[in-house]
Amino acid sequence: MSPIHYVALSVILFVIGGVGVLVRRNAIVIFMCIELMLNACNLAFVAFARVHGNLDGQVIAFFVMVVAAAEVVVGLAILMAIFRARRSASVDDANLLKY
Amino acid sequence: MTTLHTVAATGALKLSWLLLAFPLFGAVVLLVGGRRTNRWGHLLGVAMPVAAFVYGVIAFFTLLGLGTSQRSQDVHLYSWIPVAGFQVNMNLLVDQLSICFVLLITGVGSLIIIYSVGYMSHDRDRRRFFGYMNLFLAAMLLLVLGDNYLVLYVGWEGVGLASYLLIGFWQNRNSAAVAAKKAFIVNRVGDAGLTLAIFLMFTEFGTVSFTGVFGTVGSAGSGVATALGLLLLLGACGKSAQVPLQSWLLDAMEGPTPVSALIHAATMVTAGVYLLVRSNPILALTPDARLAVALVGTVTLLFGGIIACAKDDIKKSLAGSTMSQIGYMFLGAGLGPAGYVFAIALLLAHGFFKAGLFLGAGSVMHGMDDEVNMRRYGGLARVMPITSVTFGLAYLAIIGIPPFSGFFVKDPIIDADFSEHGTAGTVLGTLALIGAGITAFYMTRMMFMTWYGKRRWEPEAHPHESPAVMTWPMIVLAIGSVGAGAFLIVNQRLQKFLAPVVGVPPESHGFFTTPGILALVLALAGVALAWAMYGRVPVPSVAPRGRPLTVAARKDLYGDAFNESVLMRPGQWLTRLSVYFDNRGVDGLVNTLAAAVGGSSGRLRKLQTGFVRSYALSMFFGAAVLVALLLVVRL
Repeated sequence: MSPIHYVALSVILFVIGGVGVLVRRNAIVIFMCIELMLNACNLAFVAFARVHGNLDGQVIAFFVMVVAAAEVVVGLAILMAIFRARRSASVDDANLLKY
Repeated sequence: MTTLHTVAATGALKLSWLLLAFPLFGAVVLLVGGRRTNRWGHLLGVAMPVAAFVYGVIAFFTLLGLGTSQRSQDVHLYSWIPVAGFQVNMNLLVDQLSICFVLLITGVGSLIIIYSVGYMSHDRDRRRFFGYMNLFLAAMLLLVLGDNYLVLYVGWEGVGLASYLLIGFWQNRNSAAVAAKKAFIVNRVGDAGLTLAIFLMFTEFGTVSFTGVFGTVGSAGSGVATALGLLLLLGACGKSAQVPLQSWLLDAMEGPTPVSALIHAATMVTAGVYLLVRSNPILALTPDARLAVALVGTVTLLFGGIIACAKDDIKKSLAGSTMSQIGYMFLGAGLGPAGYVFAIALLLAHGFFKAGLFLGAGSVMHGMDDEVNMRRYGGLARVMPITSVTFGLAYLAIIGIPPFSGFFVKDPIIDADFSEHGTAGTVLGTLALIGAGITAFYMTRMMFMTWYGKRRWEPEAHPHESPAVMTWPMIVLAIGSVGAGAFLIVNQRLQKFLAPVVGVPPESHGFFTTPGILALVLALAGVALAWAMYGRVPVPSVAPRGRPLTVAARKDLYGDAFNESVLMRPGQWLTRLSVYFDNRGVDGLVNTLAAAVGGSSGRLRKLQTGFVRSYALSMFFGAAVLVALLLVVRL
């Protein structure tokens, strides 16, 4: 089995996620893009696990999902707090921590 | 060569600490007691030195009653620095030499302190003055009574402190404050010599006691002895105002006149002579150091004499004379056993006549509203008869007219010169002879300008004879000036008494030797010249411009100018250079570094914009660079 299609899909998803993180202002959307990037990685891991015939990649994919879930919990909580304080979910508005 | 053997003190001499305790008690009470003691302070200030003098006389006769071998009495007070292998005791050494000094210091000191009661009667701070005088006496007695160099050093510094306090007694006058500071600083230079000498003794001999050092110095080689001799000479030069450390003494006349009489004429400035004579077992091993001592003495006796000739300020003229007379003492001390005893004899006699002269000058100032310019004196003999007679007797003593004391004590030094140190001795002797002529000249000049001639007083001056409390000490000192020399030297009293400590001088050739007669002739020539210049013709009230030598002598023969240009200015340049280097070099480096870090971080701070997306961009770039690097490295 050739992994090239899987890897190509993974790269496309990763780039979409990365560009989304860089260009979007809404924190929720940025979050979703990060999830997209993580899942692109998961796809690559799973594909290579299949190619090599061992389970390492699949195990790592599970770990990534757990970390992503934890990250969503913390991140959404912070987002909620920011939104309550400033009535906005734009990351450009939350710019107090600077020089 | 003599060595020192001491025995433990017995009888009345066990109480020798009383000598220190009396004036120290006086000083502590007067200085700590403050204003409460103002009313009776001067009485205590007089009583303590007199008590010390009475005890000194008792100690002297006790000593005379002992056999010659028993006369170096060591009084153990307490153990001061007991360290393994190094022992310094607070011991007092009462022997023939120190008892001479004790009698001089307490005797002349008591007279001068009695005189001060009258002289300082109008001063607000009279009590403080007596406190300082007592402090001086205690320190000076410790100096001459210490049985090791470290205790001597404590006294040495103590008299320096007292001298500083008393020169600057009228500290609201700028000149007095500056003079006090100058005296202290110049003395420090000499003290460094003494300190180094003590260090050297410690490293070479492991002891600083007189007996220990004198007992082992013989086996240490002549190099060590010469070094010790020269270092001690440096110390002595500082305290005794000898060239090249002479410049402080003339300014020291800013202090009250009794201070000039006691400290800067009769006692403290002779401490250098004491140090050298006490260290005679060291000097005995080193002809080079002895020659240096004689050389310093000769240069100073001319130097001081020339200054004394040109000064119109009576006290400064006397100060120049003091330098000159101490120069004679140094010359005597530089001659070895031939001169030690005469140096001490001159020192004792000088204590009388120079104190008498200074007290006379003080009496004149007391009557003339503190006028010191001799050009404003003249014709005072009529109004101040007692002062003028006592001054005149001291004058005859200092210029060496027989049978007054100067003749008996100074001429033997000049005489001994010609038989020591070979050719150099002949040269030194000739110069000392010239010095005798100069002495007669400046003293006669002072006599004519002060006591005779036209009255050149300030219009508001009303000179009067001083009260009895001031005249009686002068009378006693005048009697001493007349008789001390003959008493000490005729029948060889002092020679025999001091022989165990300083050795026996060679057989005397009698008093009227060729140099002795020459000295007399030159002295008379000096008198005649002074009469021709200041007695026969009227003295102008304003000093004429004068010849170059006179101008130079008025400026202390450029001693201060020399110090300023050779020592002070280069020192200032050095400090300025160091400050510049510190500011620009050391501080500059540190400051530049700090400014660079601060400036660059100030600029780097701007990177923290607060925009999360730009951080994210930099993270992506960072990750991309990392990945690229990994790929490159793998290749």
